[in-house]
Amino acid sequence: MVTSNQAPTLSAESQAQIDRELAKYPADQRRSALMSALRIAQVEHRWLSNELIAVVADYVGVPPIAAMEVATFYNMFDRAPVGRHKITVCTNLPCALSGGYKAADYLKQKLGIGFNETTADGKFTLKEGECMGACGYAPVLLVNNHSMCNHMTPDAIDKKLAELE
Amino acid sequence: MTVYVKGVVFEGVDFDDPKHWGIEAYMARGGYTALKKILSTGMTQDEIIAEMKTSGLRGRGGAGFPTGLKWSFMPRSFPGQKYLVCNTDEGEPGTFKDLDIIVDNPHALIEGMIIGGFAMGITVGYNYIHGEVFEAYERFEAALEEARAAGFLGDNILGTSFCFQLHGHHGYGAYICGEETALLESLEGKKGQPRFKPPFPASFGLYGKPTTINNTETFASVPYIIREGGQKFLELGKPNNGGTKLFSVSGHVNRPGNYEIPLGTPFSELLEMCGGMRDGKKLKAVIPGGSSAPVLPADIMMQCTMDYDSISKAGSMLGSGAVIVMDETTCMVKALERLSYFYFEESCGQCTPCREGTGWLYRVVHRIEQGLGRPEDLDLLLSVGGNIAGRTICALGDAAVMPVQGMLKHFRSEFEHHIEHKQCLVPGF
Amino acid sequence: MLEIEIDGKKLTVPTGSTVMDAANSIGVHIPHFCYHKKLSIAANCRMCLVQVEKAPKPLPACATPVTDGMKVYTHSDMAVKAQKGVMEFLLINHPLDCPICDQGGECQLQDLAVGYGQSGSRYEEEKRVVANKNLGPLISTDMTRCIHCSRCVRFTEEIAGYQELGMPGRGEHTEVMSFIGKTVNSEISGNVIDLCPVGALTSKPFRYSARTWELSRRKSVGAHDGLGANLVVQVKNNQVMRVLPLENEAINECWLSDRDRFSYEALNSAARLTQPMVKDGGQWKVVGWQEALELVATKLKGITASHGADSVAAIASPNSTLEELYLLRKSLAGLDIRNLEARTRLGDVRFETKAAGWLGQSIVDLAASESLLLIGSTLRKEQPLLAQRLRQSVKKGLKLALINPHDDELLCAVAGKLVVRPDQLVEGVLAVLKAAADITGKAVPADIDLAGVEVSTEARALAELIVAGEKKSLVLGNIALQHERAAELHAAAAALAEIAGATLGLLRDGANSVGADIVGFATNKDLITANKKAYVLLHSELADLKQGAKAAFEGAEFVVAMTSFADEARDYADVLLPVSPFSETSGTFVNMEGKPQSFNGVVRPLGETRPAWKVLRVLGNILGLNGFDYDSSEAVRGDVLNGDIAKVLDNTPAKAVAVKAQATAGLVRLAEVPLYETDALVRRAPSLQATVDAESAAQLRANAATLASFGLVAGGNACVQQGGASVTLAVAEDAGLPDQVVRVPFGRATLALGSGAIEVIKA
Ligand SMILES: Cc1cc2nc3c(=O)[nH]c(=O)nc-3n(C[C@H](O)[C@H](O)[C@H](O)COP(=O)(O)O)c2cc1C
Ligand code: SF4
Ligand code: FES
Repeated sequence: MVTSNQAPTLSAESQAQIDRELAKYPADQRRSALMSALRIAQVEHRWLSNELIAVVADYVGVPPIAAMEVATFYNMFDRAPVGRHKITVCTNLPCALSGGYKAADYLKQKLGIGFNETTADGKFTLKEGECMGACGYAPVLLVNNHSMCNHMTPDAIDKKLAELE
Repeated sequence: MTVYVKGVVFEGVDFDDPKHWGIEAYMARGGYTALKKILSTGMTQDEIIAEMKTSGLRGRGGAGFPTGLKWSFMPRSFPGQKYLVCNTDEGEPGTFKDLDIIVDNPHALIEGMIIGGFAMGITVGYNYIHGEVFEAYERFEAALEEARAAGFLGDNILGTSFCFQLHGHHGYGAYICGEETALLESLEGKKGQPRFKPPFPASFGLYGKPTTINNTETFASVPYIIREGGQKFLELGKPNNGGTKLFSVSGHVNRPGNYEIPLGTPFSELLEMCGGMRDGKKLKAVIPGGSSAPVLPADIMMQCTMDYDSISKAGSMLGSGAVIVMDETTCMVKALERLSYFYFEESCGQCTPCREGTGWLYRVVHRIEQGLGRPEDLDLLLSVGGNIAGRTICALGDAAVMPVQGMLKHFRSEFEHHIEHKQCLVPGF
Repeated sequence: MLEIEIDGKKLTVPTGSTVMDAANSIGVHIPHFCYHKKLSIAANCRMCLVQVEKAPKPLPACATPVTDGMKVYTHSDMAVKAQKGVMEFLLINHPLDCPICDQGGECQLQDLAVGYGQSGSRYEEEKRVVANKNLGPLISTDMTRCIHCSRCVRFTEEIAGYQELGMPGRGEHTEVMSFIGKTVNSEISGNVIDLCPVGALTSKPFRYSARTWELSRRKSVGAHDGLGANLVVQVKNNQVMRVLPLENEAINECWLSDRDRFSYEALNSAARLTQPMVKDGGQWKVVGWQEALELVATKLKGITASHGADSVAAIASPNSTLEELYLLRKSLAGLDIRNLEARTRLGDVRFETKAAGWLGQSIVDLAASESLLLIGSTLRKEQPLLAQRLRQSVKKGLKLALINPHDDELLCAVAGKLVVRPDQLVEGVLAVLKAAADITGKAVPADIDLAGVEVSTEARALAELIVAGEKKSLVLGNIALQHERAAELHAAAAALAEIAGATLGLLRDGANSVGADIVGFATNKDLITANKKAYVLLHSELADLKQGAKAAFEGAEFVVAMTSFADEARDYADVLLPVSPFSETSGTFVNMEGKPQSFNGVVRPLGETRPAWKVLRVLGNILGLNGFDYDSSEAVRGDVLNGDIAKVLDNTPAKAVAVKAQATAGLVRLAEVPLYETDALVRRAPSLQATVDAESAAQLRANAATLASFGLVAGGNACVQQGGASVTLAVAEDAGLPDQVVRVPFGRATLALGSGAIEVIKA
């Protein structure tokens, strides 16, 4: 278990973003913004520690276990520390038919890590993903959850990795 | 790059124009005239719904339920709040059409939803967007801002008493949230676990209020129907299969992509549009409607036309229109193993047969793939599948079983070969 | 009404019924796990699949609404095949550890597996193993056995009112757990043990101590609050091993509070007194019953002879049985001793009801109120199951409003509230009374002076709420009844009830408070500060009494303690008489709604322990009194409850009391009796004493501003001085308290404190 006596906080910017999400829903349905709030908190802190989940739960106004349920159900939430860049490769069937595994193998070899591992320098974490809804553009990678990269041939992967700081 | 042919959703979109998705370009190609038509001519709710019925539009999310009929179920005089929800969760392997709609033509969806809101007396809508496409979510939010600024969204739309608010909601990685009641739970900030039906969303939906849910493509087809008339839309396709439809073609073709073509187009023509089979290989099998649809071997598929009735007659489903094309090098055991893993991974875990059964199916197929299969495994798979199908809360259970049944129906010998020789018949991927 | 046919039997059921409801109504059992009549429908286990005519697939009976003319087959091939299929899925990952499982013998999975399972397993893959969770001192986990029915999760959310358990994870990785590092702290948490259909959640105190088939089951009644929960006490080798709820829809439904469930541990405590003892030259000496009782008789006679009967007082726990109290009264009456008190925590001697004080209506009726104004009550801790029942009523439309000196969560929607300083509770009620008089144009009684009473908007809102509608209730809780101006609160509340047309009720703290009133254990004198020459104590201990009791006892010439425990009274008593706790005697409790519930002993008395009613019968004989030849507790009961009980219940103030608003300032203490400090048994139940609630009994709580004003920090310590004594307590923040209020509970940790001005300094 993580032991840090300093409870994580949400920056003013994150809070403002969460407030924007909250405004989308009826006032008595704050819970609707929980997923977004966890996403925003994860972007700020890179992964969702138990403490951070509790902070988000408190901000949205739900029991912490309710936030834990959400944080563990959706697989883009990271419940363990990840590298500076998380790369998720889709290996579902349509992608597999067009090089999904090849892209994954290339990344593994290039980064020297397997799925669910992080490079020694803490820069990259590699994950296997399910269908990202972009099968026609295979192979596809998702970088840091929010940036989709299409047609990831070895060259394109090299280029992308070089871009990532 | 996506290849489009001709159809109602992308009609007139100039992909070379970097602002082709924006409101100006949309309006230049006739966008928002349907909405204006409704609000200026005093077209009634009944007339809109009648037009929808005439069009023969069937839900593009997978089940193919007639949209006009669904809209007519909405209790129009319900006193409290009601909701309109768009399903852009699009997680069905093979499907990537809704992504292109919100990226390349988001206003068609927005206009379709506004019209839907008007037709059913709904003032608040949400669009639930698939987790992995965050940039598309941002694009949609930007389009919403444009629509608000132009007075198409918000209070007193175009100076009338009609009000409609629309918001984007971003998912975060769970295929099951495409199932409409799981989507509602997720929209309420919970785990995306499907609800038992009845009650149906039309009476107990978002926050327990009457709710209508449609797929992105369904909504995006609405402006055309209102603008050009339901009859014209119907005639684009064939009876009971009105309009054009987006087909997401992936796999072993030369030009994977989205093809918007009339329903009823022969599969062989679609294959040609895609530039034929990649590397000139031979077609082996096609999953014609997303990963949940049973696979069809090449010979059967080549006889099909791309519409609900024809595919269903052939023993599969048109589903979401995701066409996964596999050539002769594809190992069916590997293909099934990957799909079974998907359903195992994506089962929400709520109901017993799916939670326990999807893992069982996957583990057996995996074992076979690893060369540890036993002859009795194939019957075991069918039996376990039989105990899942039709016994679960939502259709994911059925969806997990259909690939197994389809594969064993058409490619059983390949599985037997695998069990006997402990290796693939063909290399696979 | 709808017509339905189940397995060929035709019946009609109300619209909205499910197939499960319909089947239950005619005794057709449909196998199920997730369905529970008190919980929302989840339909997730799929065990209840049945065949419905015209439906292509089997449907879950628990979630399928009956439609007119429906035909259901619960045992057709389709149904049985579906049920067997589900059973197979449930078993593939379930461990085969029935022989060491506490649920063995009462496991729904085990029972059904016999009927629906197969002998061998077709599942040859690796089985799932799930890590256990620490849910606190009461609930033990074996999570690999969990079948994901979600009953426990729904219980915490829907019944207990706050989601403490959840099912994080997805698919087969879903696991039931509390938030990491948190225990389950609900005051009714133990019910999840009963709800769990398998052995995933079991009782921690009971764990591995017996197999269910070795246990005999005996009925009893909850002995710790005014509800009177019905119990099944499970016994092995003359020892209470476990306590479970006995379903009684009108009282405890199918639930039990943790207090009623786990306090049995004290029954087997090493601190039990097992032999009569007398103090002889400062030394305790074991004696026979005869010798002990003769000594008591002699002493009491001597003291009454030399100092008068008024120099003797009897103080009984309100958890004493009707029979015990009656015979105590009767035997002392033989010596003309009339000082009897069982309202041990009453704060105001002026408080008096015309007849026995009670809820004013049945529990069911109270819960069916349209609106309910609760005055001075920490309801969840005082009456845990009543709080639960009202929570369900609120969901159905009950408007629940509060006048309280704190803002504790009731875990349900509250329609209005007025939070005041504890010493301004009377003024709070007066404000609502004034507004109600104003709204209705009705006059308030002359003794109530409303001059200077200010009506806040909150008070006005409460008045509007309570005057509107038909069926209204107004209830005084422990904080009100233990208040030093309880009589004024009573008068003001009675006036408000009168004006509003509401039923006035009292939430009595003890299991037999109402019965004690009926017997006449209410003297309206402060028997502790009166420093009597002799005290007769029945089941009551220092922590049940007002501060200063210890000094009074030590100063007395003679104290006889009729108690089940040897560890406390030896400090101040002269004679210790081992009397039975509720589990070892027959007797009767009259619950808060005036319902007498009699029970038998469930085990033989420990050692030389005797039921107190028998002891008192012998005492009566030794005293040479007539009318002490009872041969059963029923015969005693017959002497007390010999008519219509309704006639001996009346909440009307017995005498007029002048009520007038008073101004206050400065630091004030809110002193409540914590959940697990209520009585001698609860205080000796180790598992209850290990809970978060027990921890808070040794805490000082105040809001942030108040803490800051004394330089206190949450997590630090504070030294509290009151009445010439001081104690050190841990400090915690309570944002719901008004300024300059310190919540310093009344219990063992604070026993030394007196009353009056309070001081707090950082320790
Ligand atoms: C497991 C599962 C996944 C689904 N995924 C999607 C999806 O990604 N997008 C979608 O529109 N419908 C999906 N559906 C279908 C929806 O439940 C629903 O039928 C549809 O959104 C209704 O819209 P339509 O009538 O416009 O098709 C899914 C259904 C199931 C059972
Ligand atoms: S079928 Fe699967 S996904 Fe659907 S509710 Fe049941 S467990 Fe969840
Ligand atoms: S009891 Fe009906 S599904 Fe569980």
